[in-house]
Formats: sequence, C-alpha cells, structure tokens
Amino acid sequence: MLPLLEQISRGEVLLADGAMGTMLFERGLKSGQCPESINLSAPHLLEEIATLYLQAGADILHTNTFGGSPLKLAEYGLDDQCHQINCQAIRSVRSVVTDKAYISLSCGPSGRLLKPYGDTDPEELKESYKKQLTCILTEPVDMITIETMTDLAEATIAVETARQIAPDIPICATMTFDCTPRGFFTIMGVTVEQAATGLLEAGADIIGSNCGNGIDNMTKIAAEFGKCTNAPLMIQSNAGLPEEKDGHLFYPEAPEFMAEKCRKLPSAGVRIIGGCCGTTPAHIAAIRKTLTPGN
Amino acid sequence: MLNQLSDSLLTGNADAVASLVKQAIDQKLDPNNILNDGLIAGMTVVGQKFKSHEIFLPDVLIAAKAMNAGMEILKPLLVKEGIPSIGRIVIGTVQGDLHDIGKNLVGIMLKGAGFEVIDLGKDVAPETFVEAAIENEAQIIGLSALLTTTMPVMKKVVNLATEKGLTGKIKIIIGGAPTTSDYANEIGADAYCYDGINAVDCARRILGVA
Repeated sequence: MLPLLEQISRGEVLLADGAMGTMLFERGLKSGQCPESINLSAPHLLEEIATLYLQAGADILHTNTFGGSPLKLAEYGLDDQCHQINCQAIRSVRSVVTDKAYISLSCGPSGRLLKPYGDTDPEELKESYKKQLTCILTEPVDMITIETMTDLAEATIAVETARQIAPDIPICATMTFDCTPRGFFTIMGVTVEQAATGLLEAGADIIGSNCGNGIDNMTKIAAEFGKCTNAPLMIQSNAGLPEEKDGHLFYPEAPEFMAEKCRKLPSAGVRIIGGCCGTTPAHIAAIRKTLTPGN
Repeated sequence: MLNQLSDSLLTGNADAVASLVKQAIDQKLDPNNILNDGLIAGMTVVGQKFKSHEIFLPDVLIAAKAMNAGMEILKPLLVKEGIPSIGRIVIGTVQGDLHDIGKNLVGIMLKGAGFEVIDLGKDVAPETFVEAAIENEAQIIGLSALLTTTMPVMKKVVNLATEKGLTGKIKIIIGGAPTTSDYANEIGADAYCYDGINAVDCARRILGVA
C-alpha cells in the first residue's frame, strides 16, 4: 500500500468504515457501560467488527478509541488503563487488516468545556490528548482521526498535540455542524470557514465533518468546505437522526440511499468517505459499489 | 438601570451584573423587579437569541455565569422578603448517560426564567430523582438523555413515581436528542420539551403561571 496521503494526492477516493458504537450495542454493549472497556474485556468483538468493515470494502478502519482519552475514561474510573485500552484497540484491528487497509486512531472530544465557559484548562486538555496519543508510539497507525469536535479551541489543541507526537502521520480533523436557518454552525458557534482555516492552521492534513443529521446536509457542508480550501476532505455522515417505530429506534437512511448521495461528494473535494452513527457494513458496501468505476 | 443590567447579561459581564444588582438594591428598588425586569428579562433575550442562532453555547454559558453572580447577591433579599420562586424543578441526565450539555442548558433557561432548579447532575438513578423531588417538594422532575440506549431509564423514573403515588402531584417532563413527544406519551411522562426555552414554556404551563 502507498502511504495514505500519496494515495489521496493521486486523486483516489478512499472509503472509511461506518459506526462503531452501533455495532458494539448490537453485540451486547450495555447502556452506561464504557464503550472502550470492550477493548480489554472482549477484544474479539473489535476483530469481528473490523472483519465486517474490511469485507464491506473499507480502505480505512478506525479504532474503538473515540472516548479513549483519560479525561473521558475517568468518567468510568478507567483513566489509569488509558494506555492498554488504546494499544489493544490498535492491535485488534491490526490483527485483522494486516496490510490490507489503513488504520486510523479515533480521538473524540473530552466532554469538557474549556475556561471560561467551563472549568477545564487548556493544559489539562493537552495532557489528556497526549496520554491517549502516545499509544501510537507503541502501536503504529496510518492516520489519526480527531472527530465530532464542536469547539475549535479544543480541536486545535488536539491537532497540535497529535502533530507534536506524530510529525509524519496524516491527521484528519472533523467537526460536527448543525443546520440552522442562518447556515451551518457547531453548537459552539464555529462556521465551516472558521473550521477549515483553524484546523489547517493547527496542522491537519485532511479536514471535514462527521456525525450530523444525514447525508443531504453533509453534502452541503462538503460543498462549503470545498469553497474554502483545496485540502482533501473527509465526510462521515450519520444515517440520519434516529427515529422510533414500535418502541424500537432506527436510523432512517438506508445503505442505497446514502450511497447514491455520496456520488456527489468527490466533486466537492472529498477524498475520504465513511459513516458515523447508524451506518453499518451494508452502508459501506453500498458506498463501495457507487465508488467503483463504471457504477 | 435594569435595562443596563439585562444588557450586561447578554455580554456575559459578571462583574457589571453584580455591581448593577448592588446599585439597584442600594437605590431601594424592589428585589422582585430587579429579578423580573433585570435578570429574567436579560436571560429571556439570551434564550431567544440562542434559539435564533444569533448567539451560541459559549455566550449562553457566560450569560448564565453572570446571572448567577447577580442571583448570589439578590437571593438573600428575595428570601428575606418571602418572595417565592415560580416553581421548583429537579433535573438531571438519566442513569447510564454522561451527556449533560443539553441538561445544563435547560437548567440555565429555567433558572433564567425564575425557577428554582435542583440539578442532580448526570448518571442519576431513578430513585435519586424521585427522592430528591419529594425531599425538595418539587413540582416537576425534568429528565434528559442523549443516548438511545439510556432512554428506557426515563420510563423507570415514571414508573417509580407512579409506585410512590406521585402521579398528578409531581409532573415529569423529558427531553434530549433521541426523545420525542410520542415517546413521552408512550412512557406516561407529562410532556416532551424540544429545547431549553420550550422546557420553560412547558414548566410554566404545568404550573399554571403566565
């Protein structure tokens, strides 16, 4: 495999995986249980999920480390196991993909608010990301995905910390926007343009958006990013917002529906397409089909 | 001066809010007016601007801090003069769920509207909600959940309140991204609120205050 950024610079569109949480809940993760605790208690589930996404045609697999920062793990009293939890997540995916796909370390938000809005110091945040990210010195990865960010200050700290630890590893940073009558904003008030400028300045190689409320809005967000920058973009959309039917919750956007809409993304500059909440290997397989030349 | 007070809330200037409340008290303004025409009026504008996406979460959080700075000074007077709050609400994010940004916003809007809010935090057990509501003589329990997997805990709270014979005495309102009005009906909650401002309207309606 060529290095990831080289592959992208040749104009290729890479496919990332879909949801992790959705898959874990289907496999017995309990409400209130730390999703990353699975890495130590049932790593075979990580292998199973990685296998399914690999078979679906994903080029990039994310690790089950979204909440793997010590600040987040501390909510479950697991912060002292940060290193093992993150290392095991990488090892499990590596054992499945060997060199058939890229592995990206997922880093989600700390769940804290920086001062003066909350009570967290930038230094504390930096230290937390640093502790999580040092796992890649033991277990190498091909990319780092800093995702679901809403505060540009926190995202900047995460990207800069990742850049210091891994000067040569591609960093992808994505934020989550709400669609308002005045345009797209994160809940903290960050616009697409501010995100594009800020994330690239912080040192990200690939930028974009994840989560959100469905592929239609994501297509618009991608177009806005495309107007602001020539940098490669990543889009990982939810399969819509969860709806309820007969007491069960489901995500409304079917694999074929999402896949069809994904066709438009590359022309906006999107070079990595994946899925967020509610997307499954079936979604990824459907997107793979539409990305294959001739389809 | 009360206009100035509500403007200072909008800019989140806690020092200005505190000193204006002090000035207003020194000038013998009615504490109830300071609350309603200064602090509550200011927070109402904050809520409206947030709703119309003119301002964002950081602005609301800063305004709430400024409101608290003013309330600290005003509260002893309100208590002394026996001015009751318009209602008492116990809120929290349900057990198993650690997401509290939405719940905090609801708390800010309710406090900003003059309610007394007892915030139990996140990951709150059904028993804790019910006990706190009884102990504090609250009229309403507000439940928040972000995860589809923690929503069922809301039903447990409703059931527990029913078991304790609280039906009709304490109303239960719910909110959070995955919840809906249908879901509120299904589990027997009294109302679903789609955001913090709606929660204020809803609480007012339940308590019959204008």
